Amino acid sequence: MNLKNTLPLLGLVGLGGLAVLAATVPGFAQDALSAVSSAVSTASSAVVDTTTAAPAAPAAAASPINSGDTAWMLTSMALVLMMTIPGLGLFYGGMVRKKNVLATVMQSFAITCIVTVLWFVIGYSVAFTNNDPSAPGAILGSFAHAFLAGIGPNSVNGLAGTIPENVFSAFQMTFAIITPALICGAFAERLKFSAMLIFMALWLLLVYVPIAHWVWGGGFLGGLGVLDFAGGTVVHINAGVAGLVCALVLGKRKGFGTVNMAPHNLVISVIGASLLWVGWFGFNAGSELAADGLAGAAMINTQVATAAAALAWMFAEWIVVKKPSVLGIISGAVAGLVAVTPASGFVNPTGALIIGIVAGVLCYLAAAHMKKMFGYDDSLDAFGVHGVGGIIGALLTGVFADPAINSLGQNHSIVTQGIGIIATIVWTAVASFVILMICKVLVGLRPSEQEEEEGLDITQHGESVNE
Amino acid sequence: MKLVIAIIKPSRLEEVRQALNSLDVHGMTVTEVKGYGRQKGHSEIYRGTEYAVHFLPKLKIEIAVEDSQSDAIVSAIRESAQTGRIGDGKIFVLDLLAVTRIRTGETGAAAL
Repeated sequence: MNLKNTLPLLGLVGLGGLAVLAATVPGFAQDALSAVSSAVSTASSAVVDTTTAAPAAPAAAASPINSGDTAWMLTSMALVLMMTIPGLGLFYGGMVRKKNVLATVMQSFAITCIVTVLWFVIGYSVAFTNNDPSAPGAILGSFAHAFLAGIGPNSVNGLAGTIPENVFSAFQMTFAIITPALICGAFAERLKFSAMLIFMALWLLLVYVPIAHWVWGGGFLGGLGVLDFAGGTVVHINAGVAGLVCALVLGKRKGFGTVNMAPHNLVISVIGASLLWVGWFGFNAGSELAADGLAGAAMINTQVATAAAALAWMFAEWIVVKKPSVLGIISGAVAGLVAVTPASGFVNPTGALIIGIVAGVLCYLAAAHMKKMFGYDDSLDAFGVHGVGGIIGALLTGVFADPAINSLGQNHSIVTQGIGIIATIVWTAVASFVILMICKVLVGLRPSEQEEEEGLDITQHGESVNE
Repeated sequence: MKLVIAIIKPSRLEEVRQALNSLDVHGMTVTEVKGYGRQKGHSEIYRGTEYAVHFLPKLKIEIAVEDSQSDAIVSAIRESAQTGRIGDGKIFVLDLLAVTRIRTGETGAAAL
């Protein structure tokens, strides 16, 4: 039996199977019971409230959940989701040729959906929960909260003590969504949709989830003191290096270097980059997991670094090719957003400015010149922007971390940061390669030359844009 | 009768239209076209990768005129479409054998 033809059926049956499993997991039943009982007790206390308001007050004070923090994190979750759909989809969609625009925005959308389901099933539990919070697993978290079992409106994860755990899991879900979606920039215009889906599902579980646990979930990298405020290693280096592996394994697009592969509509990319920028405040300031002054520091640092990097890229390109390009300034902005991500909650605005300038210039050189020197086809510069920008940001966090901003940064060290970077690169490179080989065996990676020539919109999805 | 075909820069259309209007030209057909002559296209650079764009957008104007008007129209187009820079375009004049107005069935100069 050929997986290529049975994949959609397997997918639908698998979804149904997960639903049945979720409904029968013991934890789910317990949770349902406790939800019912808490609803009953809330109802009864409401009855009490109408007669005597005083007895209810101590119970409310005992809850660690802070409504201000919760409101900001609910907002941040939506902002970060907006970064992927539509932000990243449009950013990438405008840069491909017209025959591939639908396939490109489809990748971001489909990844959003498949990661959401997998995060609910197992991802959140393994990345962010531990059987024993005092001795968390160095490599993986616990499986106890599969299907989000035991996570009700009143439960709290110790990693984010003042917001409900369902908000924390949803917020972290949006990071798990955008990280694999970033990889799409490297293999744009030349990967089968079926292979893309399988790759992303496996990559989420085998690469993103463990690395998120290592750095943020109580694993060994966080334990070593690696500083990563919002995802320089977990998100950007991780996705950028995976992208480079994809570009190398897949090879160049047909006609690379001879055929005109200019972006088909940069206005779409400008809209996408702008949505990324705005959404990034949920990403960086939201990573404080609270509505406080450090979230404010992350916000101002993000804005300053992004503007500096956009200008730096624009001026560098202006010097080299004599024109300040639109693609250049928006690429610089994204490079700045990437580089400030790990630093946003540790550095002061001066540090952010310097990080932005360095990232703008070096990412320009990586995307425009290093790529040409080595000759790989990282189509939309997932590695050049996210990999290189992430490494710059992670290293410079070790240089510019300011204890006056965040006391956690007082033992900052470029060496510790380097260990975090290397561990991430090694794992994501090896695992991404293996997953690609699995996809190659199961469904094959590249469409036929004829299909690639016609474009992925019509050959993969049976649709096209007509302007 | 003559058929005047002018290939011009898109930015000069309004000037050409006004110049022809003052010569009492009653109608014209304008088409968006692409091509190149001595100008040879240009190049665009995206993140360091340079692409040659061989065919540049131009406008093609077609006007059917009486023999006596032809020279005045050609010089009016030449003056109004000229920027002096490479890529200003060309004007062709062809003999026109017959004209028919579809609505009335008039033919020849009466149909212009």
